[in-house]
Amino acid sequence: MLKNKDRYLSIILISPSIIAVLIFVYGFIGWSIRVSLSNWKGLNPDYTWAGLKNYLALFSDPRFHIDVRNTLIFTGVFVIGSMLLGFFMAVMLDQGLRGEGVFRSIFLFPMAISYIVTGVIWRWLMNPAEGTRMSGLNLLFTSLNLDFLVNKWYTTPTWGIAAIAMTAIWQMSGYTMALYLAGLRAIPHELREAAQIDGASEIQIYRRIVLPLLAPVSLSALIILGHTSLKVFDLIIAVSGKQLPLDVPAIYMWQTTFDGLFYGRGAAISILLLLSVAVLIIPYIRYTLKTEAEQ
Amino acid sequence: MNKKNWYSLIAVLLLSAIILTACGGAAPEAAPEAPAAEEPAAAEEPAAVEEPAAAEEPMEASQVEVFSWWTGGGEAAGLDAMIEIFGAEYADTEFVNAAVAGGAGTNARAVLATRLQAGDPPDSWQGHAGQELIGTYVAGGQIEALNDLYDAEGWVDVMPETLIPLISHEGNIYSVPVNIHRANVMWYNPAVLEANGVTVPTTMDEWFAAMDTLQAAGVTPLALGEQWTQLHLFETVLLGSLGSEAYDGLWDGSTDWASAEVTAAIDAFAKVLTYTNSDAASLSWQDASQLVVNGDAAFNVMGDWAAGYYIELGLTAMEDYGWAPTPGSVGVFQFLSDSFTLAVGAPHPEGAEAWLKIAGSKAGQEAFNPVKGSICARTDCDPTLFGEYLQSAMEDWGNNTVSGSLTHGVVANDSWKSEIDTALGLFLIDQGVEDFQTALVAACVASGPCQ
Repeated sequence: MLKNKDRYLSIILISPSIIAVLIFVYGFIGWSIRVSLSNWKGLNPDYTWAGLKNYLALFSDPRFHIDVRNTLIFTGVFVIGSMLLGFFMAVMLDQGLRGEGVFRSIFLFPMAISYIVTGVIWRWLMNPAEGTRMSGLNLLFTSLNLDFLVNKWYTTPTWGIAAIAMTAIWQMSGYTMALYLAGLRAIPHELREAAQIDGASEIQIYRRIVLPLLAPVSLSALIILGHTSLKVFDLIIAVSGKQLPLDVPAIYMWQTTFDGLFYGRGAAISILLLLSVAVLIIPYIRYTLKTEAEQ
Repeated sequence: MNKKNWYSLIAVLLLSAIILTACGGAAPEAAPEAPAAEEPAAAEEPAAVEEPAAAEEPMEASQVEVFSWWTGGGEAAGLDAMIEIFGAEYADTEFVNAAVAGGAGTNARAVLATRLQAGDPPDSWQGHAGQELIGTYVAGGQIEALNDLYDAEGWVDVMPETLIPLISHEGNIYSVPVNIHRANVMWYNPAVLEANGVTVPTTMDEWFAAMDTLQAAGVTPLALGEQWTQLHLFETVLLGSLGSEAYDGLWDGSTDWASAEVTAAIDAFAKVLTYTNSDAASLSWQDASQLVVNGDAAFNVMGDWAAGYYIELGLTAMEDYGWAPTPGSVGVFQFLSDSFTLAVGAPHPEGAEAWLKIAGSKAGQEAFNPVKGSICARTDCDPTLFGEYLQSAMEDWGNNTVSGSLTHGVVANDSWKSEIDTALGLFLIDQGVEDFQTALVAACVASGPCQ
């Protein structure tokens, strides 16, 4: 237990950030909710009550349907891809191969790049031009006689967003690897040795011992990757700009608010976005707090 | 190794998750914070504070703050040329250049919106002439009518008669156009047309026939870029297939969006799309323009800033590239324009007026436009200052019927335009003419003059 004096001091020291968070996070969330329930359209604020009109309109908005579909595809491909690739790389590095540090850095490097840079690079690589203007990966595939791999990348109807998810995997799988590697290193050697003595195969060791012990890491990775993918914006803008086939809620929010001046609708989209992230994060926080309290 | 390590790892992850979530919640609010970039301009405050003392009547001309998004290339050079003329004419007025970087003004407009909401307007700001300005700032009561200035300077007589209604609202003119660009220009590759025995088409039917010939010969008939260039193409097809009168009527409610003529225009647009390159969504407008001069495509529809791009590439007019009005729009000049306003409650109204006089003057426009690569809004500028393409545009500007561009803010307000853009995007995905037209009708009801 802290002494009273220390206690006051700590409260004083922490209060500026608490106040800032209250105003700039929760205050503005509250304000956004208020705007989303208004008829505000145009430059001048208009807080007349609209009820759930903006939300109901979104649910029957064909553009928003595309956004939701794109988000689901993106999240699915990105989260599963990053976790599988990250886990695979971590297991490889954990075998104690030579030059591990070098590989670890190489795998982590993409994370140091901003999504904008990643997007611009992959925009060049994933050039969908045909015939004499072919370039990027398609040209590489053709010159390697792998013509069946040539495709339209992010301009593929419906599934184009998966190509964007691929670039996100490229960027974030190194991070997932780092998480898993830390997790693997934290597993006591005695457990593996004991299993080996009991005659367990490598596969059994991974299935029965390593994977269950890595479950909290997987959960963390899932949450972190999941909520970044729900909010993806810059990567798509860098690859394709504002075009509907690759539209996601964040882009719709930006465009309708700042290009179209539909502030009410834009606020409704951002609140829905917040809710979708909250659905993912809040149970996780509660679960973690509960397990911590039980210890 | 032990549980403690586990929990510290989880704690760190959790913390980063919380921080990231917090950012997520705050993100939508990030934009209003943009004015931080405006700090230097805000530092001019003392001058504004001085004002009430000096201004028993509004004779404040000690300075003028002009807000624009001209920060680079020919635009910034043109602005500097105009500022120089301003400095010579009004030596006592300090010019404060409050330009905010960002293509087509996306960032600048967010900054401006914040300043206006905070009651701190610049004296004069840049905006696309027409409904983009009127729908936003006149509706918000933020800019003054300039009829007196137009009368005093005689501008009505030197600008095309058909231009004035397009930049007016209820008989009041709200901005001073500095430059004019043309939207309905079709660029072509003369060598490709000649090799395939195609002449430059002037009607939609001739265009389709020409594109059939080219397609049969294995040439991509029409180069197209990303979504906004497709909206640009759509507006020129609307104009070409409806004619200027019915096209103008779309924007004031006298042409019915649900009519058979509009259906025919959308059908024509759908047909035009069948002649385009397959990778349109991955090309910028420059890429698409380049396809024409490289001989990969025969035609491209783009505003006349493409001429500036071709000159930059060192190409020769009418040899490497040619131009004509888009099919069906011969004799019509579909324009867009950058213009300047006078703020309601401008801290320096006299200074702002001085600036607008320069912006609308022959000397000012002759200084700005050759550098920027556009033509004067006035019809009396000296043609010898301009290049070959611009001279032909000046001639048309003087005697054509003037219509406004949709993509570039003349005929529809921002909300309406963004709804049309969304409808177009959905149409490009599933190609349903009926749904597209229904969405266009709904957009006009929700944000346009249709009731």
